[in-house]
Amino acid sequence: MPDFEVVVVGAGPAGSIAALSLARLGHSVCLLERGPFPGSKNVYGGVIYGRILDELIPHWWEHAPVQRWITRRGTMLLTDHQSLCIDYRSTAWAQAPYNGATAYRPDFDKWLADEAVKAGATLVSSTTATGLVRTNRGLVGGVKTDREGDLMANVVIACDGVNSFLAKEAGLYPNFSKDHLTLGVKEVLALPRQEIEARFGIRSGTNEGADLEIVGGTQGIAGGGFVYTNLDTISIGAVLSLGGLSASKVRPEEVIAGLKAHPSLAPLVDGAELKEYSAHLIPEGGFDAMPEVVGDGLLVAGDAAGLCLAAGLWLEGVNYAIGSGKCAADAVHEAIAKGNFSKAGLVSYKDRLEATFVLRNHRKTRKAAHLLLSDRLQNRYPQIACDLLEQLYTVEDPLPKRGALTIGRALWKGSGLRIRHALRDGRDALKIYG
Amino acid sequence: MTDISRRESVLAFDDRMATVDFRISHTAHITVDSEVCRSCTTRACLVACPAKLFVTTNDGGILFNYEQCFECGTCYAVCNNEGAITWNYPEGGHGVVFRHG
Repeated sequence: MPDFEVVVVGAGPAGSIAALSLARLGHSVCLLERGPFPGSKNVYGGVIYGRILDELIPHWWEHAPVQRWITRRGTMLLTDHQSLCIDYRSTAWAQAPYNGATAYRPDFDKWLADEAVKAGATLVSSTTATGLVRTNRGLVGGVKTDREGDLMANVVIACDGVNSFLAKEAGLYPNFSKDHLTLGVKEVLALPRQEIEARFGIRSGTNEGADLEIVGGTQGIAGGGFVYTNLDTISIGAVLSLGGLSASKVRPEEVIAGLKAHPSLAPLVDGAELKEYSAHLIPEGGFDAMPEVVGDGLLVAGDAAGLCLAAGLWLEGVNYAIGSGKCAADAVHEAIAKGNFSKAGLVSYKDRLEATFVLRNHRKTRKAAHLLLSDRLQNRYPQIACDLLEQLYTVEDPLPKRGALTIGRALWKGSGLRIRHALRDGRDALKIYG
Repeated sequence: MTDISRRESVLAFDDRMATVDFRISHTAHITVDSEVCRSCTTRACLVACPAKLFVTTNDGGILFNYEQCFECGTCYAVCNNEGAITWNYPEGGHGVVFRHG
């Protein structure tokens, strides 16, 4: 007799929503968390998009511990002395149901886990799952833990994060590689609330906020950066490909220091006091780097399933964790009804992911990781774009003005880039964003 | 630490790590086979570890300090030499505790 019908490992957004959904369907669920409280091990790089929560937790925005609602979204291209920003602002995002929010993950994840507990899940914190327990038929039938002994269940859902030791132990993650991972490093910097609003052009006295995503400025390491606002802090950080970082002589915190010193970012963070330095790996490999997500008695969701969307204009993760957690719960519910916990009994999880935004978006953007981390997207195109604008905006009287096409042609020639590469990049970009 | 030193753009690394909360376990969750490290030419862990936990020893090995670990997994992901770094999560309730992650 198992201890629970389902053990969910990891009380991040994927695990908490899986547990919440299963508990509401009347199943006994244990939600296991290795940190002293849910969220204590978690770090992210910007914005939580909550649309997927609307049905799960109606009016969630009235209860969730949010820092600011994003009303300003920018994408910045940096060279060493230039910056070009597509800067979008909308007051429509300042009202319910909102678009995106910033939050501290220890607050947000704890709130979500509390919702699972309210629904009837049993949260066990400060307990690490150290391995899988197999039944005599070879199925996963529970987890070994360091504090509670073996916890037995019909099904285990591994929401144990980007390093997923459980998916690896089950043999579902043979292609786990540094080439599919980025390191996110972040500083949280304190400034008075009004000062943040003034510096970021946010309406004073509101809880509106800004999120600026950055290409370039990472000192030759493929990746990017971000700056976003919390109520009385600013979060600034870098996302660095592990391949690029390990071949580099520049340390992660030095990359952040470089971003903070960039002439377009320094005025935003000048004089702010460091409250916390943090780091976390991000599974940015996309669709083609995902592990198998269904095993015998085992499902994999959230970061553990590689479900971060790192596609330039779209940088999302928490929503995919929530979406996959919900799909996993529904698949397990069906398996319990059929009494079949083998891979065949659980396989509807994959179909459910395929039918929703979770895998549809990842499939659509499958070329993004390769495209966005290429030297052309990282360095060459931003340089051309910045130089083009610099020359257009520079008044060179008494010389007559040159048109954008003339300038562009000269810059392109000077860059040594090939038209066929640009065409291929354009075709890939159309597949992703078109 | 004084306010002034905190406001400097590049902090001393110890001051940087002093902003992070840790509940330190008595047992190390990571082991490094220094013999394997001696033959390593990349030493990527030295640069890549965001907590700067790896240092070279005088005799060419690698010394690791597990106490202030973010538990990110970067070290073993970048480690070229199979088996040089063994890495697990610390015992439940221990290790890094983020406040503003």
